Amino acid sequence: MQPILSISGVEKRYDSGLTALGGIDLEVRRGEIFALLGPNGAGKTTLISIICGTVTMSSGRVLVGGHDIVRDFRAARSIIGLVPQEIALDIFSTVWNTVRFSRGLFGRSPDPAYLEQLLRDLSLWDKRDSKVIELSGGMKRRVMIAKALSHEPELLFLDEPTAGVDVNLRRDMWAVVRRLRDKGVTIVLTTHYIEEAEEMADRVGVIDHGRVLLVEDIATLMEKMGKRRLTLTLQHPMAAIPAELAAWPLELAADGHQILYTFDARADATGMPALLKRLGELGIDFKDLDTERSSLEEIFISLVERA
Amino acid sequence: MLRINHRGMWAIYRTEMQRAFRTIWQSIVTPVITTALYFVVFGAAIGSHMQQVGGVDYGAFIVPGLMMLTILTQSVSNASIAIYFPKFTGTLFELLSAPLSAFEAVVAYVGAAATKSVGIGLIILLTATFFVRIEILHPFWMLAFLLITSIAFSLFGFIIGIWAKSFEQLAIIPSLVVTPLTFLGGAFYSIDMLSQPWRAISLFNPVVYLVSGFRWSFHGVGDVSIAASLAFMTCFMALCLAILWWMFRTGYRLKP
Ligand SMILES: Nc1ncnc2c1ncn2[C@@H]1O[C@H](COP(=O)(O)OP(=O)(O)OP(=O)(O)O)[C@@H](O)[C@H]1O
Ligand SMILES: [Mg+2]
Repeated sequence: MQPILSISGVEKRYDSGLTALGGIDLEVRRGEIFALLGPNGAGKTTLISIICGTVTMSSGRVLVGGHDIVRDFRAARSIIGLVPQEIALDIFSTVWNTVRFSRGLFGRSPDPAYLEQLLRDLSLWDKRDSKVIELSGGMKRRVMIAKALSHEPELLFLDEPTAGVDVNLRRDMWAVVRRLRDKGVTIVLTTHYIEEAEEMADRVGVIDHGRVLLVEDIATLMEKMGKRRLTLTLQHPMAAIPAELAAWPLELAADGHQILYTFDARADATGMPALLKRLGELGIDFKDLDTERSSLEEIFISLVERA
Repeated sequence: MLRINHRGMWAIYRTEMQRAFRTIWQSIVTPVITTALYFVVFGAAIGSHMQQVGGVDYGAFIVPGLMMLTILTQSVSNASIAIYFPKFTGTLFELLSAPLSAFEAVVAYVGAAATKSVGIGLIILLTATFFVRIEILHPFWMLAFLLITSIAFSLFGFIIGIWAKSFEQLAIIPSLVVTPLTFLGGAFYSIDMLSQPWRAISLFNPVVYLVSGFRWSFHGVGDVSIAASLAFMTCFMALCLAILWWMFRTGYRLKP
């Protein structure tokens, strides 16, 4: 199936001389949730802004739904919804008017029933006649989302939607995102909360210094890069790992109270049962046993550090 | 796919007009009071010494100039703030990301600014009828001049709004260029009353052509020919459109 978003060779050099993007190639599949990860200044916002038409690219080509964003900007833009990183609203307008304005601006016929449902989903219906200036920061963010969804986009960009947002709003937001995905809307989001990407996204792209470091299915990535670690808390501390256990790459921790065993999560033979058996034979008793997986966060940090 | 995003244009036009109606009293009362003041000062105080200019009562003589003065400043300030404010608050991103061509955006914003100017012009005319008897010899041309001037200077204002990087810059063109040129452009006198070389110099002032053409539509006499007036307006509008086309094509001060 044709990707909904296809980016090839996109470069951006700002007037200041700074190269924010140095040749980006990326494809986003229809219907997926794609998380764009990267440290501050990586170029995530620049990339999104280019796709949406608020920043001009220096070179390259972007297709949205098969439409060139420059030559065929009407077709491309009418299926895009954008929630930018910064809140920017006409503060003197009412919630209802500003959302209706957005729908009209994107060339859609009025549909009060749809807008009502949208505002209800975002818990904004009670505030529809309030002026934006009277709303709290979290509610303004909801208005930004309502505006972006007002024209029923097929491809939604959420640039750090959960930065500075409380638990309630974050939960509501993800509920909305899931519902949109169920309707077939493709979502591209950036976030610094990596657990979020891990929980929500189907695929992640890691970008740093204007280059794509990696694009991968979340599941594959966790498998490929993920490590598991077994922590054994011993009855009696030991000074050194006995020579009989040399077959396993073990480490001592907590002043000899713990043995750590790190292994590849993907491997079929993890060596864990054999290790436990051997420990029993050697008469090394342990009072506790714990295993943990490395998080996407650790994978991400190791990727960015390596690059 | 839709060829012209008329709904998008309407959304902008309507929102801009709503903004004007939110301050409707301000929009009406200000020009009414200003006009009344001008009539008291110029019409009564000076007019009593001048009586007639070119066969027209001084009070009636200044009406076209007075209308032009307000239309010019209002068009420039309305249109410039309409585009500068979204730039300032960051809401411009929505316009830039919408499936709307530059031409459509300009027509919608400039259309709204020009509508307001025409409205204000007519309010001034109405106010003036309380002070003097006004006869309009060429009503069709009067309306045409009113409309063209409003559009042309709204386009000019739109350029200023895109160009401006601060509120100071936004205010500087209307107060430093538009108002002086209008005052010196024969709004309150006929340039025939000036001695040389001021008379010749005045011919380089673009506003002279506007006021003169507009005055001709009222009283049938003007300082320069009606053809010169129309030619000037056309050139000015074409120039503004060309600059705007270039601004949107290059994203000049609109997008990085
Ligand atoms: N208008 C601009 N002019 C000049 N440089 C800019 C401009 N906007 C962004 N940059 C620079 O481009 C680089 C990428 O910025 P961008 O905002 O795309 O990063 P980001 O990945 O979104 O970061 P963050 O996670 O902090 O939002 C940064 O070095 C930034 O300083
Ligand atoms: Mg960013």
